[in-house]
Amino acid sequence: MSAGNQLLTVRNISKAFGKAVIALADVQFDLNRGEIHALLGENGAGKSTLIKVLTGVENKDQGIIEMDGRQINPRSTQEAQNEGISTVYQEVNLCPNLSVAENIYIGREPRNRFGTINWKKINADARELLDKFDLHINVTKNLDHYSVAVQQMVAIARASDIDAKVLILDEPTSSLSSAEVDKLFQIMRKLREEGMGIVFVTHFLDQVYEVTDRITVLRNGKYVGTYLTKELPRVELVGKMIGKDYAGLKEAMNAKWPEEAERQEKETFIKLVNVSSPGTVKGFELTVKMGEVLGFSGLLGSGRSETAKVLFGIDPISEGEVKVKNEMAHLHSPLDAIRNGIAFCPENRKTEGIIGELSIWENIILALQVKRGIFHKISRKEAEELAKEYIEKLQIKTPGTEQLIKNLSGGNQQKVILARWLATDPEFLMLDEPTRGIDIGTKAEIQKIIMDLAGRGMAVLFISSEIDEMLRCCTRMIVLRDMKQVGELNGKEISEEAIMRIMAGGEAS
Amino acid sequence: MEQTGKRKRVHINNISLVITVVLFILMFLFGSVKYNNFLSLSTFLNLFNDNAYLMIAAIGATFVLISGGIDISIASTIAFTGVSSAFLLERGVPAFLVILLMLLVGIIVGCTQGALIHYFKLQPFIVTLAGQFLMRGLCVVISERSIPISDPFFKTMALGKVAVRLGEAKAWNGKIYYYVFILLIVFAAAVYTLRYTKFGRCLYALGGGETSASLMGLNVARTKIAAYGISSFCAALGGIVFSFYTLAGFGLQNLGLELDALSSAVIGGTLLTGGVGTVAGTVVGVMIEGIIQTIVTYQNLNTWWTKVTIAALLCFFIVIQRIIAIRAEKSKGKNE
Repeated sequence: MSAGNQLLTVRNISKAFGKAVIALADVQFDLNRGEIHALLGENGAGKSTLIKVLTGVENKDQGIIEMDGRQINPRSTQEAQNEGISTVYQEVNLCPNLSVAENIYIGREPRNRFGTINWKKINADARELLDKFDLHINVTKNLDHYSVAVQQMVAIARASDIDAKVLILDEPTSSLSSAEVDKLFQIMRKLREEGMGIVFVTHFLDQVYEVTDRITVLRNGKYVGTYLTKELPRVELVGKMIGKDYAGLKEAMNAKWPEEAERQEKETFIKLVNVSSPGTVKGFELTVKMGEVLGFSGLLGSGRSETAKVLFGIDPISEGEVKVKNEMAHLHSPLDAIRNGIAFCPENRKTEGIIGELSIWENIILALQVKRGIFHKISRKEAEELAKEYIEKLQIKTPGTEQLIKNLSGGNQQKVILARWLATDPEFLMLDEPTRGIDIGTKAEIQKIIMDLAGRGMAVLFISSEIDEMLRCCTRMIVLRDMKQVGELNGKEISEEAIMRIMAGGEAS
Repeated sequence: MEQTGKRKRVHINNISLVITVVLFILMFLFGSVKYNNFLSLSTFLNLFNDNAYLMIAAIGATFVLISGGIDISIASTIAFTGVSSAFLLERGVPAFLVILLMLLVGIIVGCTQGALIHYFKLQPFIVTLAGQFLMRGLCVVISERSIPISDPFFKTMALGKVAVRLGEAKAWNGKIYYYVFILLIVFAAAVYTLRYTKFGRCLYALGGGETSASLMGLNVARTKIAAYGISSFCAALGGIVFSFYTLAGFGLQNLGLELDALSSAVIGGTLLTGGVGTVAGTVVGVMIEGIIQTIVTYQNLNTWWTKVTIAALLCFFIVIQRIIAIRAEKSKGKNE
């Protein structure tokens, strides 16, 4: 990597939000022409802030950014774009109400000399550009007509077309299928050949090793190091990201259930007989026993979350019956479910889980207060104690119970939500994608918590798109397809291959 | 992700617009069948003669709605322009100077509101409510009585008209007042701006998502401030047209007119959530309100029946829009 090859250099960047939160301290980073460079770190490591500084969304407090040896200081996205830095964000940041073509060209529309927009050229150019991406869609349709994956590809097409020298991809793959990811990688490699420098942020280590040339790791807002991808073993990488010696991590990641023999059948907690809900599940049969971790496998929309919602009284039951501990139960609302000892951590942490403007202790007592009713107010003292107890038990990283939950990292937010439900002392805990978008260390911790809880006799329903963690945690697995139960696997039968086979449409075993 | 079939999908605002136009035609037919002399060119042209000022103001308000905001100050701005024009003309200020001054006031008021909304991140509703009180208050401060206008230029604009003859029969004859041509110019300019200029498209992007728009490198501040500037400018221009129409300025005129403008826009397919809407829809929306008014007059009913009918229509339209949106959401991604 000769010096002349250097495209973007970042030196000694610091950034603090207020006085307490130091997001970046003395961070450095460099990017070569024709390179794919992974920027890695756990949540809260400073990746996002670094990207925001590079793209002009946030202003740095200190430090130097150089592009082609020339110092730059972008103060807005527009300025960063003019300097040749363009970005694709994790959540699609395009306009759903505009056509695909317009989303690609807005702000830099081809115009004639009177300033009139040339729509024909916009549409033709967009078609040509997307052809390169192997995306053959109708560019005159509104963006919101297409799936998130397509939208993401459009965003990437836009970013790569903006005369960019540096392309920043901030977790672009989280909503893509594996075929789409492959396509994206093809495009990235092509852009690399053309001399573009690509910064790639992702949570998926497989992808890092598949497509990147170098890796820069950040941790707690500090620079850890830059490495050649092929020279850095995976376990070492994880160790650098979480900053522990990786023996401890290995132990957490390898935590397994005790052998089958040690586990015994417990009593049934909840039993569904032929339950249907309008528009979602049909004729569903389910039994969940105390002390087991039951997994729901299936593709998105297969009925995993929908069933959980029915069990929690969110979606109405139109037919069939529910028995909790052998007695008929009526789950007409979440409150009914809570009173029956059921708890539910929904899929969408930000919108359905946390209440950002409230403190940690306020977030924790919510469900318990609901369970007790408004006339049995939880005293401030009790709430504080409860919060402290769970901060310690679940190892929530926070300066104190008064911290607003929105200031915590995703993993810690998830732990607070978990605490909220554990505080209600549930017998049946449902977790929908509890580890999505959470760093590896916290992920392992949450998995361990799940196993501990089940070990102490709680019934757990675990829903996750990551088969790996399902394999690790679940004692029984139900596979869903098209809102129906299509297979069940017990103990040793559970394997990736078996799940895939059933999910894909093979016979239930 | 193959080409999305051959089935044509009608987009939300298009289908709203189609319904609106069909509804207008149905109402016109209803009037024609029910009342003598209703079916005529002059009934149609009078919709423009009588509502030109409202159409101009509603076109301006549509810009703000598309950007995702709301402007409830326009009726007061219309009244203010009317009163202060009359006041200045009474004191012998030349007509062209009065008009220029009023338009300038409109732009300044609008841009100030826009800047407050953008830079201080205030709710558009509250800021323009303050604007509404301010302008309405100033009206009455200027004059509590109605001031007649006798300026020759204003009189020419008020009374001058072009006869339109499409045939021999009386029903094929009508007239267009001069000031209606101002509406036509405003309409053409608005259509062009929204469809074919960078600013117009930024406006839609802004309505689609402010964060997205700014992350795409669009100039959000300028676009938003300009939207409110245009809205107030159109209101001021509407106010001048209104003084042509009435040849008087009175501070308590057009109370609640901003809601007529906004409801017309919604009936014409503009979404209050922003990002979707056309000025053509808004104009048809005003025409619908106009035709209801005409029918109510023919029927000799209390004019408040107009409001009752519009309430029902408005309700119908927002429900329809919502249903279409929900259906679009459900079918999303299914036919890729």
